[in-house]
Amino acid sequence: MRQFMKYFSASFLFISMVITSSIAIAADYKVGFIYIGPPGDHGWNYQHDVGRKAVDEAFGDKVETVFQENVPESADAERVMTQMALSGADMIFATSFGYMEPVLNVAKKFPKVKFEHATGYMTADNVSTYSARFYEGRTVAGHIAGKMTKSNTIGYVASYPIPEVVRGINSAYLAAKKANPNVEFKVIWIFTWYDPAKEADAAKTLISQGADVILQHVDSSAIMTVAEEAGVYAFGQASDMSAFGPNAHLTAIINGWAPYYVKKVKQGMDGTWKGAEQTFDGIGAGMVIIGPLSDKIPDSVKKEAMEIRDGIASGTLHSFTGPINKQDGSPWLKAGETADMGTLLGMNFYVEGIEGDIPQ
Amino acid sequence: MFKLIPRENVSPVLSLLGPLFSVGLTMIVGGILFYFLGVDPFAAIKMIFWDPLMSETFSTYSIPQIFIKGAPLILIALGLSVGFKANVWNIGAEGQYIMGAIFGASFALSLYPLESIVIFPAMILIGVIGGCLWSMIPAFLKVKFQVNEILVSLMLVYVAEQILALASLGFLRNPDGAGFPGSRNLNQYTSASNAEIIAGTGIHLGVLLSLLMVIFFYVLLFRHSLGFKIKLLGNSPKASGFSGDNPNKLIFLCLTLSGSLAGLAGIMEVAGPAGQINIDFNVGYGFTAIIVAFLGRLNPIGIFFAGIVMALTYVGGELTQFMLNLPAAAIQVFQGMLLFFLLSFDLFVHYKIKLKGNK
Repeated sequence: MRQFMKYFSASFLFISMVITSSIAIAADYKVGFIYIGPPGDHGWNYQHDVGRKAVDEAFGDKVETVFQENVPESADAERVMTQMALSGADMIFATSFGYMEPVLNVAKKFPKVKFEHATGYMTADNVSTYSARFYEGRTVAGHIAGKMTKSNTIGYVASYPIPEVVRGINSAYLAAKKANPNVEFKVIWIFTWYDPAKEADAAKTLISQGADVILQHVDSSAIMTVAEEAGVYAFGQASDMSAFGPNAHLTAIINGWAPYYVKKVKQGMDGTWKGAEQTFDGIGAGMVIIGPLSDKIPDSVKKEAMEIRDGIASGTLHSFTGPINKQDGSPWLKAGETADMGTLLGMNFYVEGIEGDIPQ
Repeated sequence: MFKLIPRENVSPVLSLLGPLFSVGLTMIVGGILFYFLGVDPFAAIKMIFWDPLMSETFSTYSIPQIFIKGAPLILIALGLSVGFKANVWNIGAEGQYIMGAIFGASFALSLYPLESIVIFPAMILIGVIGGCLWSMIPAFLKVKFQVNEILVSLMLVYVAEQILALASLGFLRNPDGAGFPGSRNLNQYTSASNAEIIAGTGIHLGVLLSLLMVIFFYVLLFRHSLGFKIKLLGNSPKASGFSGDNPNKLIFLCLTLSGSLAGLAGIMEVAGPAGQINIDFNVGYGFTAIIVAFLGRLNPIGIFFAGIVMALTYVGGELTQFMLNLPAAAIQVFQGMLLFFLLSFDLFVHYKIKLKGNK
């Protein structure tokens, strides 16, 4: 009997060890993602979720990813991230600007958890930030828009008047103006990242004001649908949206987060991840991708667009190259001078030629 | 087809069972919904209602969080309940909540970086006044021009949201914020910070006030003649007039109370958990509080428990999302069902249903 008990307890111990170790393998490295909207938006959040799935694929069983959608940029974000950290997350990607203060607060409480915050500007020992030079993509889109418009009126649906959005408008405008000196921009601010109804209303207003090409810096595919119905052109935002407007879709500025996410998770696992780093990559690093060009674009314009893209990627071309004046006519960049990082990151002025004011 | 006949004797036991019944039924129907979404319903229900309170991993953090999330709901619902009893329908508490936050924060930030012990209490007072002023608009229009207060108070929510955007981008924007919208963080301004009162929990003054207000409202409604007058106005405006009360005064009183409490919740939130005025500062407490008020049977003690249950579904609901992959919308449906079942249960408690025969 005693012998039996010995074997029994030994085998029991063995089994429980197997079970615990298999659990340990399953939860080897846990990565959390929080999204401002639903991943089904086919835009901003969708592309982040593509990045999350790429992490799943790259590491298989070694990494477990979890995500939470529709997290408001408020005290709720802090609670969600704290609960994720408590549940054993090793790394958390906070994928919207407004999570900045919550990320810093939670990071202070969990010094061992690594935080990656998208589009913010504040870091800590365990908080790094990352953002993409979307404005590089907008230079390509702006050029195509300038060439494709017949009414010489380009509409722009903008979200919040933050530097990232202002930078995009300026970049697109400069490229469009260069491609077509008669071009005029109309901007509508809707103060939300994701609201299909508001986005559609803004697009309709722009079309009624004569815009026949529409650029957007909001997340849903509603504008593409409106453009398709009205017979005007539009650009996919964050992901390829050609499915929503096969005729309207000229190209898309695609956010390529996947390589960055895979790289950072790998660094987290092998201990080479560093905090307080700020990544700001563009077309060259593959964080901004120009989608397939529509057949509606003439070959000559296609060729020019690709030249601009490749020039930016190789560094021979910069979206903001002087001479450029500010909206009020005061000089900003001298001939041949390119914009410095600090001005770009805090950009809160229109360049000369754009009408209207940035909401203050 | 069907005809509703009011019951002569409404069973007080059944009326009290309503909230429990609706929570139970929500669990069952919600469980079925979760099952069809491919999530184990028992695990999900357990995670919503049990884990935040009992799980070793989460409870130390979650339990205070439930009170923090519940505090604004309880504060706003208490104020609303008085009006609802008197048939005064303030639907715009969300707007009063925003205005309370803007008023209080504007006052404090106009004094930045001056440090003084007076700033914090003055900021709270001004926040309360801000919420109250916003609710005085529907009160005035109702008394003076008989304009429906439901419409006016609701529409003023959208006006308040626009003012919030204006504040975040304009007059309250942080000058050191690199051009991004949003005010300075009040948590980093010692004199205006609604700091935690129990270290490490996040419990702030607003949580304490929400508990005190429960007692205050209990006394007001059940131990004070004013409570009787309010009920009388709701049940029979005519009788209220005969008894010498001025209904207009009571309307003002109801909207003053609900507006002030929503304003108080707003200033507590902006100086505490939220920290700053931002475009997305409001997350719907003013609307959810309507559910809380009814779930709590318009009774202060009931509202306390209803606020806690509602907060629990938020905190637990978040857990189910990233632990079990339940979509956020499923949790919202779950919360909506609570009110739906409560109201349908009430219908059966207060009315008999008769099948109307053909002539």
